[in-house]
Amino acid sequence: MTPEMLIAAAICLPVIIAAGIAAAGKFPNLREGVTLIGAFALFAVVVQLTLLVAGGARPELYIGEAIPGLAFAFKLEPLGALFAVVASGLWIVNSFYSIGYMRGNRERNQTRFYICFALALCGAMGVAMSGNLFTLFVFYEVLTLSTYPLVAHKGDAAAQRGARIYLLTLLGTSIGLLLTAIMWTWMLAGQNLDFVDGGLLANANLSPLVSSALLLLFVFGVGKAALMPFHFWLPNAMVAPTPVSALLHAVAVVKAGVFAVMKISVYIFGDELLHATPSREFLIGAACFTIVLASLIAMTKDNLKARLAYSTIAQLAYVTLGAMLADHAGVVGGSLQIAAHAVGKMTLFMCAGAIYVATGLTNISDMKGLGRKMPLVFIAFFIASLSIIGIPPLAGDWPKYELMQGAIDDQHDWVVIILILSSLINIAYLLPIPILGLMPPPGTKPLKEFKRPGGAPALTVAAPLFTAALCFVLFFMIDPVSDFLEPAFATIEYFHGVDLP
Amino acid sequence: MILETLLVTAPDWAVRHSTVLIPIVPLVVAPVLAMSPSGRLAWLVSIATTAASLYFALLTLAIVQSTTGGVISYHIGNWAPPIGIEFRVDSLNAMILLIVTLMGFLASIFSWPTIVAEISKEKAGLFLCAFLLCFAGLCGVATTGDAFNLFVFLEISSLSTYVLVAMGAGRDRRALPAAFDYLIMGTLGASFYVVGVGFLYAATGTLNMADIAAQLPALGANRSVQVGFAFIIVGLGLKAAMWPLHQWLPNAYAYSPSFVTMFLAATATKVALYALIRWMFTIFQPEFAFEQALFTWVLAPLGMAAMVICSFQAVFQTDIRRMLAYSSVAQVGYMILGISLGTAAGVSAGLLHLFNHALMKGALFMAVAGICLNVQGTTLRDFAGLGRSAPFTMTAFAIAGLSLIGVPLTAGFISKLQLGYALFEQGWWWAVLLVVFSSFLAVFYVGRVLQAVFFQPPANPSKLRKEAPLLLLVPLWTLALANLYFGIDASFPAGLARDGAVAALGLEAFQ
Repeated sequence: MTPEMLIAAAICLPVIIAAGIAAAGKFPNLREGVTLIGAFALFAVVVQLTLLVAGGARPELYIGEAIPGLAFAFKLEPLGALFAVVASGLWIVNSFYSIGYMRGNRERNQTRFYICFALALCGAMGVAMSGNLFTLFVFYEVLTLSTYPLVAHKGDAAAQRGARIYLLTLLGTSIGLLLTAIMWTWMLAGQNLDFVDGGLLANANLSPLVSSALLLLFVFGVGKAALMPFHFWLPNAMVAPTPVSALLHAVAVVKAGVFAVMKISVYIFGDELLHATPSREFLIGAACFTIVLASLIAMTKDNLKARLAYSTIAQLAYVTLGAMLADHAGVVGGSLQIAAHAVGKMTLFMCAGAIYVATGLTNISDMKGLGRKMPLVFIAFFIASLSIIGIPPLAGDWPKYELMQGAIDDQHDWVVIILILSSLINIAYLLPIPILGLMPPPGTKPLKEFKRPGGAPALTVAAPLFTAALCFVLFFMIDPVSDFLEPAFATIEYFHGVDLP
Repeated sequence: MILETLLVTAPDWAVRHSTVLIPIVPLVVAPVLAMSPSGRLAWLVSIATTAASLYFALLTLAIVQSTTGGVISYHIGNWAPPIGIEFRVDSLNAMILLIVTLMGFLASIFSWPTIVAEISKEKAGLFLCAFLLCFAGLCGVATTGDAFNLFVFLEISSLSTYVLVAMGAGRDRRALPAAFDYLIMGTLGASFYVVGVGFLYAATGTLNMADIAAQLPALGANRSVQVGFAFIIVGLGLKAAMWPLHQWLPNAYAYSPSFVTMFLAATATKVALYALIRWMFTIFQPEFAFEQALFTWVLAPLGMAAMVICSFQAVFQTDIRRMLAYSSVAQVGYMILGISLGTAAGVSAGLLHLFNHALMKGALFMAVAGICLNVQGTTLRDFAGLGRSAPFTMTAFAIAGLSLIGVPLTAGFISKLQLGYALFEQGWWWAVLLVVFSSFLAVFYVGRVLQAVFFQPPANPSKLRKEAPLLLLVPLWTLALANLYFGIDASFPAGLARDGAVAALGLEAFQ
């Protein structure tokens, strides 16, 4: 297949899968078969594309333009390829997990669930492969709209309320701020929205005031990046079934957000312009503030999914932080975080889901001693927690290392302290869960028997174990990954404004 | 491409007289319809008539695009202007004519089921006669090059509109006061207009628009010219539902027969807005100092006020037709804002939004009409759960609604983007924020309906609404798909809007 066809396939496959799921809706086994085959096929396509990118090619697909300068076009570069691989690869794992979870929980409207899931993947692929801001915006909204029914899945009052907040926050920030920023960019860059190496606006001679305002509009406009104060949709989205929280609200949706921030930082502003933009300092501060505050809030949450949600907010801010540091180590760290956090956080969510299916428990305080009954789940949880905290030899270690390096290179030494502090808080709110689960304090009443006969379905246990193992693999695979990313950041300086001896 | 083949295949008489035939054909057919023995026959004739007008409008557009200079000047009775009446069409009104005739054609196709349900078969002939008169009047306003003749056509369309609105009394008695309100306000607007024309006639001694335009610069800051201008702007602003002269519109839209609402929403305000543009840019020149002041200090603030305030009002409506009516006033605000910039980008953004708004409001009101067919009532509660029982109608409604919000890949997005560009170009970034804020309000009021339609259970399952008939679905989906198509490939409407702006501003504005 030609590169054009591969890109077209990556965008269209999820839609075709959705249609197939709709057609096979009456036969659950066939329907899930369609999902699984589709997920594998999509992954195969994305891997092929990634190999092309690794070979130095930049697959492109140009559809046409609505009006001059407003083109619908795709172009895959290493950063996008990384996001696409993560999203489509984890979709396979998540599909297996979903089958176990949705059947084990006897959820209703499963056909709609799988259809929306496939459409959400279409949105994620489109975001990853978009060749300009307009295309990115379109698929960003596809992602928002297709996940709304998933958040509202339960249909009760709480789910509807959460879903409404979800939709309004994401639409509001994207239409209100992001779209304004895009229009403005379109004007400033002379009716052009393409992602350009070195930055589209690098030669536009923006005044510091204009570039400051534009950067603020962009970064806060990408509501999916969940930078405070636009973070509250994420805890509200936790009313969704756990597979949705696992893939979408730890991987596809939120990563689409931080990925967009990264793209804007690297390809729209470029590192030189960013360093000449005063509001960058403010955004670094905002990211650090989010990291600390969200972590502190996570400590107070007893509901497991809520705690994980706040943890996600904090971890997403790492990527924003890296994008705003805008030196070589910073953007590398931010990009690695997209992959590393995806694997780790997804594991945690899947464990939470497995516990819920088996026991119906949602509160951490009720889970003491539960590890004795479901050891595999708690071991996976333990490993993933270590990865999120950033302990070697697990994937989460690298991004933190690179980010610290980036902060020092950029003469923001205090950021290092924030990062260390964040790791300490991570330990405080994540580790007690598996430790108390596996080694309950004396006097804890162990759970007599599972709510669901037989405990967690096998698929819901195997999936988190698999991703937990991935955390190990990714630690040792980090060299090829950063080599792969290197061309995207080739133009970005290691040091800015520092005269080296 | 299609237009060229049209031009080649057209007979000679059609090419020569197309301009005048657009309003004349419906004007001549209308009285015949009043005498028609059968309602169904009258309906078929009205379709044929609007189709003929559509054909001539397309032909006119083709001629305008193929001639150098892009102006057709037709002298009625071979009396040369400025003595005789001149019909004058350039790219600007060719575009408006296309919108009016196209929407008139689609409206007449779907009129039959709504007439049967809301009026009566016996009155169909009279009703359609009034419709064709209104249609002819609107086409006439958009073709004529004579200031007084414009008033005549304006009155033809207005008088028949009062009748059409009042016909809604069979469904809802409140149509009568609504029609009366509209009568008072519309007459006021028309009188203002004619008073303004009188002042100009006193100053220039001519009624031909091109001739007035030629004489005005010599008169300089003549007081009676300025007063005349003010009267004309207010008069036409009333017709165009420019905030705060829009009070007649919500009731008129909410209580008239659903077919009338759809036709008026898609055409009437557009034509009045066209007349405004004609006066502001072709006859008067934006270079006149008092006009610049008007743009910056009157029109732009009024446009912004409409955008924000009426969008707010739309959020709090429970009746969907009223909600859409308030949204219409808000959308007129976008157009006024674009036009008031007076730049090439601004005017073409305003015109593009005018075109797109006809498509989306036409589709929205048509979908509502389809729902009204089966059960009276257009409140939000009546719409709950309709997504299941009438999926085709409501999907088209959803597409047009998304276009109204300005979601990417719909036509509404393109025009809002153009408007944003024009505003940024002027450095009015705060106005962009208002546009965006008003779009966000649109998310609320459209989202409320969509949520009720697709996610709520029906309020009264026993009286479940059925799908609209095929006669309605075909024009409805034509419009809905046009909303999508022109969001993906906007070259046709954007080209029309650009040519229209060139005609209004002169080519040098684009360099």
